[in-house]
Amino acid sequence: MVPLEYYLVVAGIIFTIGMIGVIVARNIIIIFMSIELMLNAANLAMIAFSRNLGSMGGHVMVFMIMTVAAAEAAVGLSIIIALFRNRDSANIDEVNLMKW
Amino acid sequence: MELIWLIPLVPLAGFLLNGLFGKSFSKPVINTIACGSVALSFLLSLNAFFGLLRLAPESRSFEYILFSWIPSGSLNADVGFLLDPLSAVMILVVSGVGLLIHVYSIGYMAHDEDYSRFFTYMNLFMASMLVLVLANNFVLMYVGWEGVGLCSYLLIGFWYEKRSATDAGKKAFIVNRIGDFGFALGIMLLFWTVGSVHFATVFNLAPQQLAYGGGIITAATLLLFLGAVGKSAQVPLYVWLPDAMEGPTPVSALIHAATMVTAGVYMVARCNVLYMLAPTTLLVVAVVGMFTAFYAATIGLFQNDIKRVLAYSTISQLGYMFVACGVAAFGAGIFHLMTHAFFKALLFLGAGSVIHAMSGEQDMRRMGGLKSKLPVTYTTMIIATLAISGIPLFSGFFSKDEILWQAFSSRFGSPLLWVVGLLTAGLTAFYMFRLIYLTFFGQRRYDDHAASHVHESPRVMTVPLIILAVLSVIGGYVGLPKALLGGAWFERFLHPVFAKGAEIGKLAEGAGESHATEYVLMLAAVAFVVLMIFTAKRYYLDRAKDSEQFEHGFGGLYKLVYNKYYIDELYDRVIVNPLVKGSNLLWQKFDVLIIDGFFNGAAWLAGQWAISMRKLQTGMVRSYAFVFLGGAIFVIGYLILSR
Repeated sequence: MVPLEYYLVVAGIIFTIGMIGVIVARNIIIIFMSIELMLNAANLAMIAFSRNLGSMGGHVMVFMIMTVAAAEAAVGLSIIIALFRNRDSANIDEVNLMKW
Repeated sequence: MELIWLIPLVPLAGFLLNGLFGKSFSKPVINTIACGSVALSFLLSLNAFFGLLRLAPESRSFEYILFSWIPSGSLNADVGFLLDPLSAVMILVVSGVGLLIHVYSIGYMAHDEDYSRFFTYMNLFMASMLVLVLANNFVLMYVGWEGVGLCSYLLIGFWYEKRSATDAGKKAFIVNRIGDFGFALGIMLLFWTVGSVHFATVFNLAPQQLAYGGGIITAATLLLFLGAVGKSAQVPLYVWLPDAMEGPTPVSALIHAATMVTAGVYMVARCNVLYMLAPTTLLVVAVVGMFTAFYAATIGLFQNDIKRVLAYSTISQLGYMFVACGVAAFGAGIFHLMTHAFFKALLFLGAGSVIHAMSGEQDMRRMGGLKSKLPVTYTTMIIATLAISGIPLFSGFFSKDEILWQAFSSRFGSPLLWVVGLLTAGLTAFYMFRLIYLTFFGQRRYDDHAASHVHESPRVMTVPLIILAVLSVIGGYVGLPKALLGGAWFERFLHPVFAKGAEIGKLAEGAGESHATEYVLMLAAVAFVVLMIFTAKRYYLDRAKDSEQFEHGFGGLYKLVYNKYYIDELYDRVIVNPLVKGSNLLWQKFDVLIIDGFFNGAAWLAGQWAISMRKLQTGMVRSYAFVFLGGAIFVIGYLILSR
């Protein structure tokens, strides 16, 4: 059986990639995808812990997060489409009207 | 007697009726409400008085609590009324003289546009004054005290289009504030040390709890006396009363001669127990009274405005009353208060009648020879003048003589007080007869235009004059002294109120059966007064042409007296101007720079903070995410490290 640490390391790597993606990327779609990466890294860690501890709580949590992620994807994509229609661009740095 | 609570309430109802609906009432309705309510008060007062007479002298004290007003811990003030000989005399004088003056006002104010407003204020005044004299505790008395002050202000400034009238009203109000401040402090000090504001309780406990002549009782009585000094226009707070003559003449008669200004005397007499506990204060009261009496009489000598002469005369006579209180002869003080109310109200109403006839002229130099034109006014004013001068058989003689005798013979008196009192009596006779000669005798000194208007006042004004004249003659006989075969009935009636104080002061009752000294002093006073009357006659009637020369013959002294010792100018320079300048300075420097600066500065600081902090809001989503990451790392780090 694969030890817990392996799962956690993979989950950490995926999460870090997602985080860096959110901060560094300018394309709004990439930021969106990076957020999904982070969510799934969390899911992976959750499942690993659940299996290791022999409890079902983690599974339940993962289903919850997947549902939320689906809803978030729907809302997020529609915002992105609305934004793109307005701006003809997916560059996040151009969306900066809400400031001092 | 159970109806005494109605006595102040009826004029209050009149005030509300006329005040709320007066504009739409016709004059007869206003008259009926205003005079009717005061007449009802007078009848109730008479009823209360006779009810009191039916009781035995020792039990002549009746309290009626209407309701509990301020029940707050140890402070308990009721709306409660006290009827005893002292307040019975006061309500009779106030409502009786008040009624006559109300009736007189119907004629005097007939042509005024603000007819209903005048009677509204007058009724409010009556209600406040009656509350003042009927109150059974200091707090309710203070309510009446402030109420009459307010009415005084409103009525002095009744003709508010006149700048001088509004100024005089403000002056009266502000000067009175100084006195009232002392009065309030005195009440608080008494409450603090004795633990009650209820008259009977305070007067019972004070002799036990406070040392005779001690610092606390002296301070408390002096503070109360400061209130009396303001309200009763004594030196140094008398300056408002002469200016108060800007008000309509009935107001001067009612408020600034007969009733309100005597509130201070009443208050001192009411607190006689406290004053007897503080001999130092008694001395102060006597000295202030005597000085005021003499000082105001000298100013009155050469004034030319008929009402101002009477105003200074009022101040002077009030001084007499305080002398009586100061030598522990409270009964004599109240006696003079009563006779003075009659003859001084009459003098003012007579002066009002003259002014009315002269179409508003108040300068006696432009009158003269009115004797035949105004027979009723002339006759009644002569009677009042004889009374105030202290000519035997008239009321003023008995009361003034009683005060002079007490000033001489009382344990607290001294021959010096008597001498100054005698001089004052002489001066009084002089300026009063000067007024009579200038107004009613000699050559006509007014122009033809005024001459065409001269007329005797209508019946509604002359009848009160006649009634007051009768009272000015017979008013003195209720207090006929023993030396003149009388029974001193008035003082025996009042005695229960002053008995406790007399006990504290160890005043011997009915001292000395021999009246030889009293007769000598009486004769001396009458002789001096008659001499002064003849002096006035000589310079203002027989040699009327030389009167100006006679006045100017006094040189600098004349100028000093004519200009009222420059006290108004002195007060302006020493008190009013520095105050105004100081206030301006505080406004421009302290208020604008410091207070406003503080708050504007606080707002400016918050603004600057916001200006620098809002740079954080860049609009760059990625930098927000970065801060978010930092925050998350911080929280997680904290959770891990703090384990």
